[in-house]
Amino acid sequence: MSYHQNWSAAWRSPEPKQQYDAIIVGGGGHGLATAYYMAKEHGMKNIAVLEKGWIGGGNTGRNTTIVRSNYLWDESAHLYEKSMKLWEGLSQDLNYNVMFSQRGVYNLGHTLQDMRDIQRRVNANRLNGIDGHVVSPQEIKAAIPHINIDQGCRYPILGASFQPRGGVARHDAVAWGFARGADKYGVDIIQNCEVTSILQENGAVTGVETTRGKILSPKVGVVVAGHCSVLADMAGFRMPIESHPLQALVSEPIKPILDTVVMSNAVHGYVSQSDKGDLVIGAGIDSYTGYGQRGSFSGIEHTVSAIVELFPIFSRVRMNRQWGGIVDTTPDACPIIGNTPVKGLYFNCGWGTGGFKATPGSGWVFAHNVATGEPHELNRAFALDRFVSGLLIDEHGAAGVAH
Amino acid sequence: MLLIECPWCGKRDESEFSYAGEAHIARPLETEKLSDIEWADYLFMRKNPKGLHREQWLHTAGCRRYFNAERDTVSYQIKSTYKIGELPSSEGKA
Ligand SMILES: Cc1cc2nc3c(=O)[nH]c(=O)nc-3n(C[C@H](O)[C@H](O)[C@H](O)COP(=O)(O)OP(=O)(O)OC[C@H]3O[C@@H](n4cnc5c(N)ncnc54)[C@H](O)[C@@H]3O)c2cc1C
Ligand SMILES: [Zn+2]
Repeated sequence: MSYHQNWSAAWRSPEPKQQYDAIIVGGGGHGLATAYYMAKEHGMKNIAVLEKGWIGGGNTGRNTTIVRSNYLWDESAHLYEKSMKLWEGLSQDLNYNVMFSQRGVYNLGHTLQDMRDIQRRVNANRLNGIDGHVVSPQEIKAAIPHINIDQGCRYPILGASFQPRGGVARHDAVAWGFARGADKYGVDIIQNCEVTSILQENGAVTGVETTRGKILSPKVGVVVAGHCSVLADMAGFRMPIESHPLQALVSEPIKPILDTVVMSNAVHGYVSQSDKGDLVIGAGIDSYTGYGQRGSFSGIEHTVSAIVELFPIFSRVRMNRQWGGIVDTTPDACPIIGNTPVKGLYFNCGWGTGGFKATPGSGWVFAHNVATGEPHELNRAFALDRFVSGLLIDEHGAAGVAH
Repeated sequence: MLLIECPWCGKRDESEFSYAGEAHIARPLETEKLSDIEWADYLFMRKNPKGLHREQWLHTAGCRRYFNAERDTVSYQIKSTYKIGELPSSEGKA
């Protein structure tokens, strides 16, 4: 017995080679999943994932881990549902426990219009084969005894949509599981390696300049979330993205009290309880743009007051930690996945406040896109040129501040 | 909490203000001649810099007027504020 001292490393830390068949920039969950599926599904093994800090240190390790697929429009419903199906087999596929827990997700409605939108969304979901139903305040109270369904408060709970297959997963484990899986196929995961410019010749990408030297490749997939405008600027084109701080907090650990996920768009709060016992609480974005990875004090106050109105019993629980990520928001609250004006250069970004749930599905479609040079059927509609054609996919109702 | 200097009212708490996005985006003239790409650039594309950003704020709970600010998007420090139609003092008044 060595008391957990002599575990072998779950992935290698190789020196970067001079050349790869493909480079993935960004070692978050999406970048690592992309590399994993490129190796597993497309037989590409000479790949590097370049991460400026440590893998999973961006939004992947900072989010509140809610997973669901109940989006309104067909394009997004199909993409997020693909991801949900992958989640359902992910621990087995990776042979790594990502602690995916389908404890159900409630999206609360507080006004008559909220309820109409919820009914419409649940109907659309069911037509797309996605589970969900509309529940009354009494049904919510029966499932979540501590919730406040008093109809006299400022934003009373009038009902909710419920997706039973929704839930949460362990965010770090998702990054580590995909990293270990990709590494097994020979993918080089290179940390502390920041991309500082994107090399091009005759309109095609030829590699990247990094803090660890020049690395050549005819294919570069950029998956850097909040930093996508910075990388697009290096490549010489513009993005319809604004990066905002988004924060979350956890309470001190308490005994099991909440066995599902509760979210509310209208009052800007969502809460679940981790296996450790802390209440995991998420806020809305700060209105201004920012790369500072921290949120405003007023944001915490706003969220906590909403949570305490929903769950008066939480009012005396203490906050333990608070942190922020940088989320890449788009005008239609949908991601941008696909080709760019530069040949061989692909972008996967714009997941904003809600991309953790999409991690496996995003990696799956982007692997196809980078490997074949053509979008997968599921990501075709999410091309950058939808902002030129005008074919936006307005998911503000299902995405918005909620995750 | 940010302390923001409204060019009309002086220093006030962040909670009195609303953010109003990138500044100095001029609506193109002769819009009937714009291509779809030019429209997309005007409507949707944003600088979103990591560093100094020129942006608009609205003093919602004060004088209710818009103004511009130069802010560092990493430290969140506001370097200067100036009226709509002006340029930051680092560039002289327009
Ligand atoms: C507080 C918070 C709560 C959230 N809650 C939820 C939720 O409940 N459910 C949900 O579905 N989503 C949620 N999200 C959104 C979700 O976290 C993200 O959409 C998702 O994790 C994005 O994954 P990613 O791999 O694309 O990005 P990231 O994990 O951010 O990875 C991008 C990586 O790129 C690296 N990088 C950047 N620039 C460079 C460079 N020049 N060179 C090399 N590497 C670079 C970064 O260091 C980073 O590690 C939340 C986000 C936050 C911040
Ligand atoms: Zn004022």
